[in-house]
Amino acid sequence: MASTTTTDAAIPRARRGDAPSAEPAKRRGRAGDRSAYVFLTPWMIGAALLTIAPMLFSLYMSFTDYNLFDAPRWIGLDNYRRLLFDDPEVRDTVGVTLLYVVVATPLKLAAALGVALLLNTRRKGRNFYRAAFYMPSLIGASVGAAIVWRLLFSTGSVVDGFLGAFGVHTGGWISDPDWSLMSLVALSVWQFGAPMVIFLAALQQIPRDLYEAAEIDGAGPWRRFVSVTVPMLSPVIFFNLVLEMVHAFQMFNSAFVLSNGTGGPAGSTHVYSMYLYELGFNDFRMGYAAALTWVLLLVVGVITAVLFKTSGRWVHYAGEEK
Amino acid sequence: MTTTPVQIPAPAAAPRARSRSLAWHVGAVALLLVLLYPVLWVFTASVKPADEIISSFDLLPSKVSWSGFGTALDGIAEVPAWRFFTNSLILSLGSVVGNVLSCSIAAYAFARLRFRGRGPMFAIMIGTILLPTHLLLIPQYTMFQKAGLVDTYVPLLLGKFLATDAFFVFLMVQFVRNLPRSLDEAALIDGCGHFRIFGHIVLPLLRPALITTAIFTFIWSWNDFFAPLIYLQSPEKYPLPLALRLFVDSTSSQDYGAMLGMSVLSLLPVIAFFVAFQRLLIEGAATSGLKG
Repeated sequence: MASTTTTDAAIPRARRGDAPSAEPAKRRGRAGDRSAYVFLTPWMIGAALLTIAPMLFSLYMSFTDYNLFDAPRWIGLDNYRRLLFDDPEVRDTVGVTLLYVVVATPLKLAAALGVALLLNTRRKGRNFYRAAFYMPSLIGASVGAAIVWRLLFSTGSVVDGFLGAFGVHTGGWISDPDWSLMSLVALSVWQFGAPMVIFLAALQQIPRDLYEAAEIDGAGPWRRFVSVTVPMLSPVIFFNLVLEMVHAFQMFNSAFVLSNGTGGPAGSTHVYSMYLYELGFNDFRMGYAAALTWVLLLVVGVITAVLFKTSGRWVHYAGEEK
Repeated sequence: MTTTPVQIPAPAAAPRARSRSLAWHVGAVALLLVLLYPVLWVFTASVKPADEIISSFDLLPSKVSWSGFGTALDGIAEVPAWRFFTNSLILSLGSVVGNVLSCSIAAYAFARLRFRGRGPMFAIMIGTILLPTHLLLIPQYTMFQKAGLVDTYVPLLLGKFLATDAFFVFLMVQFVRNLPRSLDEAALIDGCGHFRIFGHIVLPLLRPALITTAIFTFIWSWNDFFAPLIYLQSPEKYPLPLALRLFVDSTSSQDYGAMLGMSVLSLLPVIAFFVAFQRLLIEGAATSGLKG
């Protein structure tokens, strides 16, 4: 009973931000139009010149053989045909990238949720911990962090020695094709702070009386987590999942720096965007590289669409009749 | 904290709560130590003697040696290290100025003004947030190459002045929408134009969002590797991340000391920014899903 009133009360607050509420502007009519366009001029130029035009250009390029110096030569669907059927490197890099996405994304989200639950308290010091756990997210994508990672995970180094103390001998993750990708996964999980702060903000929005009601009904901690926390958090889980997945698909920096630009050992960290980089900026096969980016967009788009479609089954929005 | 008042009701519960709180702190600190170990390690390892860096996983060096920093500051490829710093600063500060200006005016129009084409334009803006950056890379490079702008800072900065980081436009739109309208309506009645309303009323109130934008822009641009990697060719134009990679590449002798010294120097400003502005950073990250 009490719980329904609070959720209902929370809706207008959440929606307030989205209301365009521009009625008074209507009266101003044309003059408003003109100043709006003045304000938007830089953005419009940017969108046209640096987003829309390049997209159209890239689509055109993907149907051509273009090396940046000679005029593009129309070859129809050849690029797409080749990358789908005749390019083993596409197959290999897609494999590495998918493995990375599938392992890193859930682990990162699990770490984020776990620590968010730990920090979701009123105890003193929680803001300090929140900040400290978030910090790796800011530096994790930098070359400096990748270099540190390389030193920590190389043969005979710190992580090796630490795991060796437990009887696990991997002989250095960076140089072992079976483990090198996992060092990248570890680097990604290390940056769980970004989704964590989003989880934490959402956890603090869950009305306390939902938990009290569940407790009165005899629900233990696990039951409360499954029946209250997870459903109430599901929109944010979904948001983080999509965001992290899209980012994981585009991972470049850490793979590039950790493998010294080779994607090695034995191609084990040769991700899709590294292949893209080599095609475009080492070989100047611009047309083919453009085709690769469109396929990436398509794949990420389809996966996101599937997630959205299936989200109705598990994502619960407050105030929704179920 | 240790001197809890004695007259707490339900005396049986108090020690229990206290020990649970203690366990919580111990757990959080332990986790934090594991997580921040790499950061602590890079700082202490950078002052270790060269032969200790890889082999020993003691956090503390047996003796302090600044030779790594010395080599790092000498620079590389005949470019002194301060040059890389200056380049990074120019790029980062340029990006901050560009983003703060261009995104705030676009956000004002989207949040406060009604005009023809607003819906589709807003949709395009949101769409560009979701667009993978890789898609634009190849054609943008081609365009800048044809314009003769490769190996200049134009490709790295132009977009910032044209509000292409739609993320921040969105962040500010949300912020402006939550500002009370009564102020700008009063100003409108007083005969203020939109430019004065923006400059005198909205912009000052927008400050928290502007600071969040500025800090994130600075850190991202400071860390940016991919764009400088493809656009810059001459080492004397390199920002720090590219210079760092030069260190990694050229030190076949594995001069870990210099590598770590340089890494520390490149991480330091980000960490300093973080310590100074962590509240704003985290609130920004929590409300808009900004990525670190």
